[in-house]
Amino acid sequence: MLRWTLAKISQTAAVLLIVSAVSFSVLKLAPGDPVELMLGEEYSKESHQSLMVQLGLDRPLSEQYVDWLGRFMQGDWGTSFVSRTPIFQYAFVEALPVTLVLAAAALTLAIVIGIPLGVVSAVRKDTAWDIGAAAFSLTGSAFPSFYLGILLIWGFGVAFNLFPTMGFVAPWKDFWDGMYHLAMPAVTLSTPFMALIVRITRANLVETLEQPYIAAARARGEPGWRVVWVHGMRNVLVPLVTIVGLQLGSLLHGAVLTETVFSLPGVGRMITDAVLGREYLVVQAGVMMTGCLVILTNLAVDLTYPFLDPRLRPR
Amino acid sequence: MVAHELTALRETSRRLPAPIRALAGLARGRPFFIVAALLSLAYLFAAIFAPWVAPYDPAYQDPEHLMSPPSALHWCGTDSFGQDLLSRVIYGTRYVLLIGFCSVAIGAIGGLAIGLAAGLLQGPVEWGLMRFIDAILALPSLIMAITFIAILGQGVENVIYAVGFALVGPFARTVRADVLQVRAQAFVEAAGLMGVSRARIIWRHILPNVIFPLGVQATVRLSEAILVSSGLSFLGLGVVPPTPDWGLMIAEGRAFISIVPWISGVPGAALAILLIALSIVGDGVRERFDPKLRTAR
Repeated sequence: MLRWTLAKISQTAAVLLIVSAVSFSVLKLAPGDPVELMLGEEYSKESHQSLMVQLGLDRPLSEQYVDWLGRFMQGDWGTSFVSRTPIFQYAFVEALPVTLVLAAAALTLAIVIGIPLGVVSAVRKDTAWDIGAAAFSLTGSAFPSFYLGILLIWGFGVAFNLFPTMGFVAPWKDFWDGMYHLAMPAVTLSTPFMALIVRITRANLVETLEQPYIAAARARGEPGWRVVWVHGMRNVLVPLVTIVGLQLGSLLHGAVLTETVFSLPGVGRMITDAVLGREYLVVQAGVMMTGCLVILTNLAVDLTYPFLDPRLRPR
Repeated sequence: MVAHELTALRETSRRLPAPIRALAGLARGRPFFIVAALLSLAYLFAAIFAPWVAPYDPAYQDPEHLMSPPSALHWCGTDSFGQDLLSRVIYGTRYVLLIGFCSVAIGAIGGLAIGLAAGLLQGPVEWGLMRFIDAILALPSLIMAITFIAILGQGVENVIYAVGFALVGPFARTVRADVLQVRAQAFVEAAGLMGVSRARIIWRHILPNVIFPLGVQATVRLSEAILVSSGLSFLGLGVVPPTPDWGLMIAEGRAFISIVPWISGVPGAALAILLIALSIVGDGVRERFDPKLRTAR
């Protein structure tokens, strides 16, 4: 068990290193000379050279990478050209929590509604419930989220004026106002995810309910809800956790678009603005943060398997 | 007599060319699939024959009808420049499908190369390649594409490259899994024992067994490519105006959503219908040809 865990962690470390190398190369491959950007229009050859040396840009790439990685780990992410503030401050301290709150709200919504919907459609297979859930999961997973967001703004924001159409209120400052502002973005972001959860839950539960041990539980006279939720769902958990964990990436992908639609100051919005404003240091920070987030979640998912299903325990 | 007629019918159907028979097998018992396939074909038709199908030039600005609602003159209304929305959506189909097909092709070819290498090689190279694939997969496809756009710059061509590169990871993973499966088969081992060269084994035995699932995968990924590319243009990072691109049109209409909802509504509906149709087609193709899914039903 320990060996297996260590192997997983070392794999993850290797992947993290590659992602960091990819993020590092963004800055190196980006068009434009950073020194020229800093010096402005007119400069002498000497000042260009001295700034190169000062920034360490004259050293070999590998050295620059190690140096950069060291500073990155210590929270020194550079300074923004535009706002003149440390990037760590607004990328990690300000933008990341917004995205995490949005993602958590969407995930909660998707699980709380998606799983019961999947269970109902599996238990009442081939009824109107099932067909309705299937139609929802098909349209929900294919529907472009940014268009859904705009439709929600048009319907619930403008026509009925029920929810605010933009802005973010931190839930740790004012919980209910925060939730009120998050309602439409969270619904937008959770829809494709919910559709996926419905589909996975249904498919796996239908298969599980045909197993002999389920028939045995029913024969023992156990109540129907117990058979489904305790005996049945236990075997649906592994595929469900896998999908939920592995799809975190697509949740972040959706967050980029949702944040733009609802003007939320999250990581996605930050990366988009940075690309438009050619602030490559910020792009780099954003890529690094999303990559690390996804990789660490994948590790967490891998490490939960032995607890969810004893058969998957490494010997 | 009925049985006799049925056999006769089966005989004729057997004489049809193989691709048509495959399509017929796909469509049998799947009414939604037929509707979705026809819809997708209609988009393809609109894209190819756009100049003949569209009522107006997509760039023609009608100053008399700015933001006019749907009418007999402009079936889907006009945008803030007085451009006909229907014509722009029809011309936009060209860009959507062009970007979709080309980027899926890039992703499939790149994924095939990396997946084959990762599946065939062993030792540290394989381990390294796998971690590389993991690293690509760790970045959500849209964020990958945005990163490439940051390096390459905007425009139709660069969007194709960016989305294509972003799709390499998922393709590589499935190709590798297929290669591992085929490599373990007895006929590959037999060929090796017979002294067939390594290159020939790859070319004649492994590749043909990997290409077909790759094609199935490509149909499924097409809608993802379209979703990512239209997302890029919606963010203002993809195709640049005045190209009639759906993502751009939706973004433009966002500002007018409270007074003229159709500016976003029309291209958005076109995109949503296309994506749903493509996902039904993709699911159908996968269900028919993916042996892992066939038993699950």
